[in-house]
Amino acid sequence: MTDNKKTIWIEYLVFICAVSAFGLVTENTYYLQIMTFIGINTLLALGLNMLMGYTGQVSLGHAAFYGIGAYTTAILSGTYGMNPWLALVCAVAAAVLIAFIVGLPTLRLSGYYLAMGTLGFGMIVNIVIREWAGVTGGASGFVGIPMLEAGSLVFMSGAGYYFLVWGIVFAAMIICRRLLASRTGRALRAIHDGENAAVAIGVNTHFLKLEIFMFSAALGAVAGFLYAHFVLFISPESFGFMFSIKIVTMVVIGGMASVWGALLGAAVLTLLPEVLHGFAEYEMIVFGLILMVVMIFMPQGLTRGIMDMIRTAGRART
Amino acid sequence: MQEIVQYLFSGITTGAVYAVIAVGLSMLYSSTELINFAHGEFVMIGALAMVTLWVRIGLPLPVAMTGAVAAGCLLGLVFERFAIRTARNPEPITLIIITVGASIFLKGVAMIIWGKDPFSMPSFSSHESIEIFGAALLPQSIWIVTAALVLAGGIHLFLKQTLTGKAMVACAVNKKAAWLSGIPSEKMGILAFGISAGCGAVAGIFIAPITMSSYDMGTLLGIKGFCAAMIGGLGSLWGAFAGGLLLGILESLGAGLISSGLKDAIAFVLLLLILYIRPGGLFAAKEAKRF
Repeated sequence: MTDNKKTIWIEYLVFICAVSAFGLVTENTYYLQIMTFIGINTLLALGLNMLMGYTGQVSLGHAAFYGIGAYTTAILSGTYGMNPWLALVCAVAAAVLIAFIVGLPTLRLSGYYLAMGTLGFGMIVNIVIREWAGVTGGASGFVGIPMLEAGSLVFMSGAGYYFLVWGIVFAAMIICRRLLASRTGRALRAIHDGENAAVAIGVNTHFLKLEIFMFSAALGAVAGFLYAHFVLFISPESFGFMFSIKIVTMVVIGGMASVWGALLGAAVLTLLPEVLHGFAEYEMIVFGLILMVVMIFMPQGLTRGIMDMIRTAGRART
Repeated sequence: MQEIVQYLFSGITTGAVYAVIAVGLSMLYSSTELINFAHGEFVMIGALAMVTLWVRIGLPLPVAMTGAVAAGCLLGLVFERFAIRTARNPEPITLIIITVGASIFLKGVAMIIWGKDPFSMPSFSSHESIEIFGAALLPQSIWIVTAALVLAGGIHLFLKQTLTGKAMVACAVNKKAAWLSGIPSEKMGILAFGISAGCGAVAGIFIAPITMSSYDMGTLLGIKGFCAAMIGGLGSLWGAFAGGLLLGILESLGAGLISSGLKDAIAFVLLLLILYIRPGGLFAAKEAKRF
């Protein structure tokens, strides 16, 4: 156990060093911007991973919480001039509340039914954002989101925002790790492995699932908040069904039930379109193929799949 | 009154298309327990293949229709062979993501082949529209409803009257028992895949003249087809059919009487209500288990 703890701290140290080194050395705003997006997506993947990877509950509507976070802060700070940090609290509260209301009946479903239920929820949120034009700006988007400030410090695109986002990612990682190491985490994994067995040993599965759904919604809302104040313009397309699928893909590609997997998945899926820029036409084909191939041959995701491959190769040699 | 009748007509028309999509999904589900999130893409392939074969190349209508359905079936079989059967660990979540991946892939391929611009297609027959209670009934609507009824009736007869159909029902009831009594259950699954994809293509052929066809038309249609299948009860042929019609009519009335922007939300609200209240579907005799 102590050994395990040590490796965790080494991992964190490497992570902090890598992130700070990149932030301090890189002057190129384009790279910083991409890294910031990776951070925001990591938050989304982390949240969904808690639900999908550890608890085994599929959600095809996670972008809804991302959208709720982004639009709540946009409306409160943009239209009503509220302090953005206060708006963050409201955004998280709104997402958690909606997650509670929606999760209460939805999380009683499982398998395909749960997938369709969450999909329907995501679609409804997206339609509401698009149609409630008087408040959200409708299909043409919301303009006039203020920049984030803390005292005299203004977080503009660039190194400042980069450190803000990655600081939050780091905090979220620690929270997720702590949560997973706790009794709750063990109960979540029990639900993943066998819900009936978990019930039999006294886990309140419905309540736990609801709790983790609300937690992942909160992380999604934080990501939405960071996204809104970073790009300063949001439109409904960024929070649609395709984006929900993209978050699912991040979790799956990176490897379910792994905190670093979420980071890897978010990085791959954020970088891939940039790398594929030259053949943008083929982006969807490549994207769909990767999704299928990884799922067919490595249902456990890239991190676990590659590790297994190395292990079997090593075994074959000896 | 006239307005309501008009909404009913257009509702039944789109409803029949949803019904055909739902029947395909439902059939596949009952014999393989798989929800195909790529099902809508077969609708898209059917519609776009029709555009190419009938409008562009100018083949006679029946030949073009057969070609488009064959393209859908073939694609369904290829998909089954390479994406579904090769999966080592067919857990629901894995299959969901594989079919979602296939859906994106097919959309990407269609975008390369047909481009991003939507296509329109003329009606199959050039008859005048018929007036009933002051509302216009388009000949295309009659085409669609007839086709949907013939298709569903055909599948019904196939399942009830032929040996292969009965074998398929047996697989749906209990795969292992069917296998024990000598039914090749894997082949039945493949057959179900072919028929299901074919149903999707048929829906695409008939929806093409009343809407714009483009590479991204499938996703929403597929999801709505699923809503319809859920409303009627997954796995039930006529339930899916009725669910499709109901969804079409409610959407059309909602769009006309409440707001056209919220039209798409109706299907999803309905879906959530069904999932929460009667997961077995409106016409289910008893409470179905929610997995």
